Amino acid sequence: MRIAVLVKQVPDTDLVKLDPETGTMIRENTGNIINPLDLHAIEAALRIKEFMSSETDIVAFSMGPPVAEVALREAIAMGVNDAYLISDRRFAGADTLATATVLSKALEEFGPFDLVLAGEKAVDGETGQVGPEVGAILDLPVLSYVAKIVEFTEKSIIIEREVEDGKEIWESRLPCLLTLTKEVNEPRLPTLNMKKKARRVKIKTLNCDSLKIDETTVGLKGSPTRVAKITTPKIARNAVIYEGKELEEGIWKVIELLKPYLEENHE
Amino acid sequence: MSKHIWVIAEKRKGTFHSSTYELLGKAREIAKKIPDALVACVTLTNRSLTPEMREKLSEQGSDVILNIINEKFERFDYLTYLKALESIAEKFNPEIILAPATTTGRTIMPALAASLKTGLTADCTGLDIDNDGNLLQTRPAIGGNIMATIKTPNHRPQMATIRPKTFNPLTEKYSKTAIYHEIIPILDISDKTKLIEFKEISEDQKSIQDSEVVFSGGKGLRKPENLEILKDLAKLVGGAVGASRPLVDSKWIGHENQVGLSGHTVKPKIYIAAGISGAVQHVAGMQTSDIIIAINKDVNAPIFDYSDIGLVGDAAEILEMLHRALKNIKEEIPDA
Ligand SMILES: Cc1cc2nc3c(=O)[nH]c(=O)nc-3n(C[C@H](O)[C@H](O)[C@H](O)COP(=O)(O)OP(=O)(O)OC[C@H]3O[C@@H](n4cnc5c(N)ncnc54)[C@H](O)[C@@H]3O)c2cc1C
Repeated sequence: MRIAVLVKQVPDTDLVKLDPETGTMIRENTGNIINPLDLHAIEAALRIKEFMSSETDIVAFSMGPPVAEVALREAIAMGVNDAYLISDRRFAGADTLATATVLSKALEEFGPFDLVLAGEKAVDGETGQVGPEVGAILDLPVLSYVAKIVEFTEKSIIIEREVEDGKEIWESRLPCLLTLTKEVNEPRLPTLNMKKKARRVKIKTLNCDSLKIDETTVGLKGSPTRVAKITTPKIARNAVIYEGKELEEGIWKVIELLKPYLEENHE
Repeated sequence: MSKHIWVIAEKRKGTFHSSTYELLGKAREIAKKIPDALVACVTLTNRSLTPEMREKLSEQGSDVILNIINEKFERFDYLTYLKALESIAEKFNPEIILAPATTTGRTIMPALAASLKTGLTADCTGLDIDNDGNLLQTRPAIGGNIMATIKTPNHRPQMATIRPKTFNPLTEKYSKTAIYHEIIPILDISDKTKLIEFKEISEDQKSIQDSEVVFSGGKGLRKPENLEILKDLAKLVGGAVGASRPLVDSKWIGHENQVGLSGHTVKPKIYIAAGISGAVQHVAGMQTSDIIIAINKDVNAPIFDYSDIGLVGDAAEILEMLHRALKNIKEEIPDA
C-alpha cells in the first residue's frame, strides 16, 4: 500500500499582525507552519498504515519555496516515511492549476499511489482547489469534505462526507483522492525522538528539470489566472454609538427594529 | 455563435437552492456587457424538469436551460458530474461558468477547470466585465484584509465559484421564456464510486444562511450558558444563532453556526454581534448584512466600524434586557 499526502507550508496566521494604517497583513516574521488541515491528512495516512497489516509507505509532497522544508520535517516527525520538496524559481507565481500540474507530475513520477490525501483547503489561500485539480489531472475519483474514514481495505475505502443537507457515505475503489476536514481525526503530536530524527533527515528536492515538466505549464506562465488589481476595502458604515446614560435609548432602538419579527413569528 | 454564460444550478430537496437564482441574477447583469451573450442555467437531474421548475428558472433570468439527465444525479456524483460537464462544455464552449461555492461547487469546479485547462477563482464576492470582455473576479485575499481582482485573459471558459448570499436575485421577472433542452449524455462511467447511504440532518434548527435575523455571539459572552440567551432571543423573533470562530473551536456550538471566512457568509436583514471583536475574518462573513448591531464593552472594538448601531456594555446583560423587553411585548400582542 502506498499513500501520498499533499502538504503546504503557510504563514502562521495567529502571529500575523495588521498594519493599522493600511489594514493589510504584515507578513514579516510570521513564521512558517504546516497548513493545519494537512495535519489531519497526515494523521489519516498514519492511522491507515497502523491498521493495515501489510507494508504501507507514506510519502509527503510539497511544492513551495525552500522554507516549505519546515512543513515536510513536521510531516516526518509525525511518522511519514518519505518527503519531497518540489521547489524551483520557475514555479513562482503559480495559481492553483499550475500548482496542481506540478504536484500531479511528482505523483506520477513517484507513483503509483493507492490513495492520495489532502487537507480540504489551505488557511492562507483558502481556495480548496488544488486537491480536486490534482484528482482531475490524475483521473482519480475525488471524495471531498471527508469527515470520517469508515472502512479501509487493500482495494477500497468507505468514507463519510459532510455536506450542507446531511452526511453521505461513499465507497470508492482505490486509487482515489480524498480531501479531509478537521472532523476526521485529532492529529498526533510528534514525540521528541521523532522530532530529533526529522531534524536530521535530508529532505529530497525535485525541480522542473528533474520532473521533466514543460516549463510553460508551471509558475506564472502556466497559470491561466492573473491578478488584475489589489484593493484595501474601505469601511462603509458609521455606527451610532450608545454608551453610558444613552445605552437604554440604544436598546430601545434595537427593540424597535426587532419588533416586526416578533409579530411575524407570533402569527 | 452566442457567448454562453453558464450557471450551474444547485439542487436541494427536489428544488433549486436560492444560490442558483442569485447567480442567475448576477449572470444577467454581466450579460449586458458582453455582446451576444446568453445565460444558460445548467441543471443536473435524474428526470425532466417540471413546467414549474422551468418557469422559475426562466423568470429568474435564464435564456436557455440545459438539463443534463442521468440516473446518478439524484445527489452529487463526482465522476458522473465531471464527465457530463466536460462533454457539454466541449460542445458549447461556454465563455463563463459560475457555480455556488457549496461543497458540490467547490469540488466539481476545480476538477472541471483542471480538465478544461483553465483558471478558476474561489469564493468571489464581486463579478464584472472589463473593457476587453474579460470577467473580473474579485475575492477576499490574505484573510480578508485585501480584495484581489483576478482575471483569466487567455483561457476560456472563465470560471468562478461564489458564496451563497453574495448576490441578489432579479427583482423583476425576466421577460423571455427560456428554451429548454434535455441532454442525456452517453457516459462511459465505471463503477469506481458508489453512494451507500445518505443521512439527512434535521431541519428544526434554522440555518444561519436562511434567517432574516441572526444573533451571533463571540468570546465576550464569557460562558457557554450565555449562549442560551442568544438562543432564546432567536426563538422569539424566528432567527438563528451564529458564532465567532473561538466559540466553535471550544465546542460551545457547531461549525454550521460559524460566521466568517472559514465559516458561512450570512446576509440577514439584521445581524447582531454580541461580544465579537470584529476581526477581518469574522467581518468577511457578515459585512453585507442589511443592518448590523454590535454589542461590546470596549468602545474601541473594531466591530463598531462595521456597524450601524453600537451598544457599549456587557453583552450578556444587554442581551438579557433585550430578551426581557421583547418577551413582554410579545405577551402583549393580542392573539389573532
Ligand atoms: C485563516 C483564519 C480564518 C478565520 N476564520 C474565522 C471565521 O470564519 N469566523 C470568525 O469569527 N473568526 C475567524 N478567524 C478568527 C478571527 O481572527 C478572530 O480570532 C475571531 O473572530 C475572534 O473572535 P471573537 O470576536 O469572538 O473573540 P475576541 O477577538 O477575543 O473578541 C472578544 C470581544 O468581546 C469583547 N468583550 C469581552 N468581554 C465582554 C463582555 N463582558 N461584554 C461585551 N463584550 C465583551 C471584547 O472587547 C472583544 O472585542 C479566523 C482566523 C484565521 C487566521
